[in-house]
Amino acid sequence: MADLADAPELPVGPPRAPSRVRAAPRTTYRLYIGGAFPRAASGRTFEVHGADGAFLASAALAAGRDARDAVVAARAAFPGWSRAAGYDRGQALYRVAEVMEEHRALFAAQLRRAAGCSADAAYTEVDAALDRWTWYAGWADKITQVRGTVNPVAGSFGTVTLPEPVGVAAVLAPPDSALLGLVSVLAPAIASGNTAVLVASERYPLLAVAFAEALAAARLPAGVVNVLTGELAELSPWLAAHQEVNAIDLAGAPGPLADDLAVAAAGSLKRVVRFPAADWSAEPGLERMFATLETKTTWHPLGT
Amino acid sequence: MRFAHGAAGDGGSPVTLRGSYGLFIGGSFVSGSSVFKTISPATEEVLAEVTHGTTEDVDRAVAAARGAYERVWSVMPGRERARYLVRIARLLRERAAELAVIESLDTGRPIRQTRDVDLPLAVAHFFYHAGWADKLAYAGFGPAAGPPPRPLGVVGQVIGWNSPLLMLAWKIAPALACGNTVVLKPAETTPLTALAFGEICAEAGLPPGVVNIVTGDGLAGQLVAGHPGVDKVAFTGSPEVGREIAKSAALWGKRLTLELGGTAANIVCADADIEAAARGIVEGVFIRQGHACAASSRVFVQQPVRDELVAAIRTRMAALRSGHPLDEATDIGAVNSRGQLERITELTRAAQADGAVRWSAPPWPEQDTLPDRGFWFPPTLFAGVTPEHRIAGEELCWPVLTVSSFATPEEVAERTSGTRYGLSAGVWTRQGALSEWLAARLRAGVIWLNSFGLLDPAVPFGGYQESGLGREGGRHGLEDYLDLTGGTYDG
Repeated sequence: MADLADAPELPVGPPRAPSRVRAAPRTTYRLYIGGAFPRAASGRTFEVHGADGAFLASAALAAGRDARDAVVAARAAFPGWSRAAGYDRGQALYRVAEVMEEHRALFAAQLRRAAGCSADAAYTEVDAALDRWTWYAGWADKITQVRGTVNPVAGSFGTVTLPEPVGVAAVLAPPDSALLGLVSVLAPAIASGNTAVLVASERYPLLAVAFAEALAAARLPAGVVNVLTGELAELSPWLAAHQEVNAIDLAGAPGPLADDLAVAAAGSLKRVVRFPAADWSAEPGLERMFATLETKTTWHPLGT
Repeated sequence: MRFAHGAAGDGGSPVTLRGSYGLFIGGSFVSGSSVFKTISPATEEVLAEVTHGTTEDVDRAVAAARGAYERVWSVMPGRERARYLVRIARLLRERAAELAVIESLDTGRPIRQTRDVDLPLAVAHFFYHAGWADKLAYAGFGPAAGPPPRPLGVVGQVIGWNSPLLMLAWKIAPALACGNTVVLKPAETTPLTALAFGEICAEAGLPPGVVNIVTGDGLAGQLVAGHPGVDKVAFTGSPEVGREIAKSAALWGKRLTLELGGTAANIVCADADIEAAARGIVEGVFIRQGHACAASSRVFVQQPVRDELVAAIRTRMAALRSGHPLDEATDIGAVNSRGQLERITELTRAAQADGAVRWSAPPWPEQDTLPDRGFWFPPTLFAGVTPEHRIAGEELCWPVLTVSSFATPEEVAERTSGTRYGLSAGVWTRQGALSEWLAARLRAGVIWLNSFGLLDPAVPFGGYQESGLGREGGRHGLEDYLDLTGGTYDG
């Protein structure tokens, strides 16, 4: 990780990174932008309730300005993260899995309260999310070989085709799976070197912020992942139309909103990640990762 | 109308064009309601009358493609599809000399280019993809033991005017290899080789409806791209139209491939072999004018060798010969259309007005002026171009070269990555480490190190970000004609 830690534009982790993931409800959950945990620029919050209707906590109500800040942070983190060795990115992601594992019980407790599921079901999902994150961590230094080709050509030239991350990906977390769904859309974007702006699902914003705390505790470089909580219909159009966002994963957008976002994204030819409704517990395949990769071919002459 | 091969001659019979072409729908040529004329941009003489495809025509073509998809093509074993593709490739090769002449007449591009580059590449695309048709299960898109991945259905393809037959091959060969059927709309000003390709499909016994050719203007292109019966759209053309097609495809949930060009950079470092760089730039930009549309025309040269490079380029440019496209000695042919000529003229005037220094090669061999008829523009170089000049950022599709200088590799990497476009780029340096470093930094889909403008059917071609979507050619190109979503292969 020396490369990442030394990169001047990429301070590793926020100075005030929490030492542990908090499980107990606290008054206001904040956003996660550029490695820090700011309030919404407007200062507004919204109440989050559990599956049983009980008040859990307040979360920051992000708006366009916060979305812009998140994109700026993600853009600033892109050169360092995308150029880091795949091995180093993998190491950073494995560390996140370690932190998640340490706080397995706290994630399960949060999940139970938010989703109203049994302890068994909560632990099953946390473990599945952990496995999923770990799976993608391993892809960080393998996707190039699987996705790349050496192309035989007629003529005295060598050509190699390699995948490259597209840049900043906006990722809309799905509402049907609080932790596993979030991990399943976020990890494929960043494992290959993109940086991300994650919009938490409206149902489970607290879990997204708890996850952000795990990222910070694992000292993931600032800006690689940024988390916004608030209204999807308010935040997502900003991101879909933003020129500095290169891809958008619509997993969390309901049909009609997803249609609008796809059209808005076409204005700057963003790579749009839109797959049929997924069973998040199934083997994910590689399409989601491929969807945020560009393809670069290099030619060079051979000769004496 | 008959045209002698002239100096292009291989001693063969002259090319005969029909006076009038219908639309190629359902395996034969059908007449339409109205016609337009396609002209030779070199002489402005009429080459043939071509049919305006209407809404009803596009409906018929899509219905023919759908029928052929469902009844024949999608259920045919890959090895049989391969046989048809090989047959098409052979017929293309047999008629290559004739097709090259038609292409040069219709596009204005020199016969040496169409005959020696476009036609062999178009043939190679069909042979290459014929080989994939029965190997899709091994293309790495799913478990090889399972059934092959599914095709998408009916593909609507709209292509540009710079290398029409080659672009047709780029689009039709992979589409057919993967089991899709096609409705293709060639550019308004260059429809003739696509129509000749329709004849070849019929001659090859390709099942009726597998390939349909609908000619017409931009409206016909919109009808093909926007048709609700089309499952996938593949488009080559301007970024503006590409964005509109992307919006419509998003609304309809269609798959999409776009090739939109977009000015990239040709970077010459101080240690480069300057003669080789000048040759590569002049050949890449001026002689292969049609291929690397807009991709090649911005040269960034490191300050110490700026004057040396510009002098070397000018020497080579002065030796370029403008002339009739069918003349074997011609390096630079005609501009494709009056509209293109007006655009080039306007952009170059604006650049001069903005203070860029213009230098044009002698316009015509042994003469001071260009011919009265036809659309001509001399090879032109602009020095002192800054990012503020419109000519620095806009797509030209014509051999106008702009030169600006840089101090350090870091600076040029930064400056060239500022654009939202990135189709291709070139790097000239003798240092292996520096060339790889720049190649890694440049945001472009194709990067030529110490070379320029090379293409091959086995190599994926396509742009970053607003230069395009998807790839054409190679294993990657197949993916854009296959249904891989959800990782299911149980079609």
